[in-house]
Amino acid sequence: MITTRNLTKRFGNVEAVREVSLDVREGDRYGLLGPNGSGKSTLVRMLLGLVYATSGEISVLGHRIPNQASRALPEIGALIEEPAAYPHLSGRANLRLLDAAGPHGARRTRRRRVDDALEQVGLAGIDRRPVRAYSLGMRQRLGLAAALVRRPQLLILDEPTNGLDPRGIRDIRDLLVGLNAAGVTVFLSSHLLPEVSALCTRIGVLDSGRLVLQDQLASLQQPTGRVLISTDDPERAVATLDGLVEHRDGADLVVRGPDPAELNARLVGAGVPVRSLVVQRRSLEEIVLDLTGTGSDQFGVPASEPGGTVKAEPPQSAGFAPPDPADAVPPVPADAVPQAPEDPETS
Amino acid sequence: MIAVELFKLVRRVRTWLTIGLICALPLVVAIFIAVTHLAPPPGQASAFLSAVLDDGQLYPAAALALVLPVFLPVAVAVVAGESIAGEASAGTLRYLLARPVGRTRLLVAKLISVTTFTLVTVVAVTVTSYATGVLILGPSRAAAVGTAPGGLPGSIAPGAGGAPTAGLQAGAAITSLSGAPLTTLELVERVLGAMAFITVSMLGVAAIAIFLSTFTDSALGAALGALATLVASEVLVTLNAASVVQPYLPTRYWLAWIDFFRQPIFWRDIQRGFAIQAVYVVVFLAAAWANFATRDITT
Repeated sequence: MITTRNLTKRFGNVEAVREVSLDVREGDRYGLLGPNGSGKSTLVRMLLGLVYATSGEISVLGHRIPNQASRALPEIGALIEEPAAYPHLSGRANLRLLDAAGPHGARRTRRRRVDDALEQVGLAGIDRRPVRAYSLGMRQRLGLAAALVRRPQLLILDEPTNGLDPRGIRDIRDLLVGLNAAGVTVFLSSHLLPEVSALCTRIGVLDSGRLVLQDQLASLQQPTGRVLISTDDPERAVATLDGLVEHRDGADLVVRGPDPAELNARLVGAGVPVRSLVVQRRSLEEIVLDLTGTGSDQFGVPASEPGGTVKAEPPQSAGFAPPDPADAVPPVPADAVPQAPEDPETS
Repeated sequence: MIAVELFKLVRRVRTWLTIGLICALPLVVAIFIAVTHLAPPPGQASAFLSAVLDDGQLYPAAALALVLPVFLPVAVAVVAGESIAGEASAGTLRYLLARPVGRTRLLVAKLISVTTFTLVTVVAVTVTSYATGVLILGPSRAAAVGTAPGGLPGSIAPGAGGAPTAGLQAGAAITSLSGAPLTTLELVERVLGAMAFITVSMLGVAAIAIFLSTFTDSALGAALGALATLVASEVLVTLNAASVVQPYLPTRYWLAWIDFFRQPIFWRDIQRGFAIQAVYVVVFLAAAWANFATRDITT
């Protein structure tokens, strides 16, 4: 659906995007991650023909961008950074206007398509109020509706849940999963790791304009070969699992052992009461922070070293994490994790 | 896309407010003149104003002369300056282009929208000032001025009831600037000619403002840039030392529309005015297109 080859964009002396070879496949829910200023927005704009590449090639839906953008774009719904609308017009008037402005927006079906899109994003009941009176969340929903009006095959969304409350975030996630199940490929960029972790099947990570990782999320989150055990009797558990315990923090143990069932059997056999037993997986946060440096909005902070060793301690539970940033902060010794760039927008 | 741009123009309160204010200036002037009967003497103040007490039907020409130097170019520069820059700063430009609307197409639609605005404004000024002239100044007042110059309150202005009234008294026809009478049909033709000329003159300003608008995200900046160009041009037009460049200045032939009201019409400057505006429109729109079509949209 989207392929780029050695895509590079320079603004003056600044290389915003360097040699990026993106590969988004049909049916993906692809999450493009990276710190602020890593080149996500520039990349998205290049995919839409708004910014011209310095070198490299782009193909979207089989059409070359920017030369054949007029053929690809009608099949794409896009949210490009913040939503934008004419503030003196109503949300509905804005959607109709944008629909009328370009191709593939048949007048006959316009009213229906606009109403459907508004309903999909939870704005079915909006009145004739002008957009200037909308809340941030309503504007965001309207922006998403604008992307959906022509029932696109491909959604390219930059920070789609920006400004939404937790319920709004879940609504949009459910909507995107539903559309994806109906055959729409979703490409989104975000710096919110929990959001991507909860929604995407495939991720790419940008750092200083380079694509440092691109893989299925499931294969990135293979079990680490360790099991997290919580017990009321940690002393006896340590004694029972002699030599396998790598780390102990009160009643919580990190145990080396590929087979959780076997570990559990040993503990139960020794009469140790097990409260919980979870196969450890790497969190998306670790994966990303290992690979990326400091965001461009930070200065005077020593950049963490990308490509560091795999950290084993954080007790990220199996499966996808709930989209709660607090959940992704592991309760481990501070020196054991790479220093995360503090991003005010994630908290 | 053109329909969309026109819809946006029509749905903006500012459009109608601007047109309303521009039409209000001649109305205010007419009220003052009608109340005081103090028309400026010929050769002073703006063109035709000295004659409007004699004949209210000439007031459209006087009104156009009133709004031409400042009001009209400011309004056109603001609307044209906003064309691309306004969309860019509002963020709607990227959505339009990703919709997709071709960049050339968008530029053409904007030009048509600005042209429409100019034309509507000029027509509105003409129509409202004709009504003002006939209703407030009155078509038959000229005779009164001519026959009883001393009987009017405050008719101390030396120009009131001056030379041009001779033709009026004779045939109740409207007088041209040259003193010869014009029939109503001739007057209508000439007013239409003047309207066309003024609209085209404004397109030069519009082209400059649209050109600047493709470079900046500040609508105000683009508008002021275009106005600064006009002010510079006005300064040079009156400067003898700059006579070499004067024939090429955008405002050099702005007042040539007055020649439509001479008998016979004095075509030379009118033709040059049309030509120079055409050159400005073509050159600046080509430059605007060259810039806009190749620019990275980062807003």
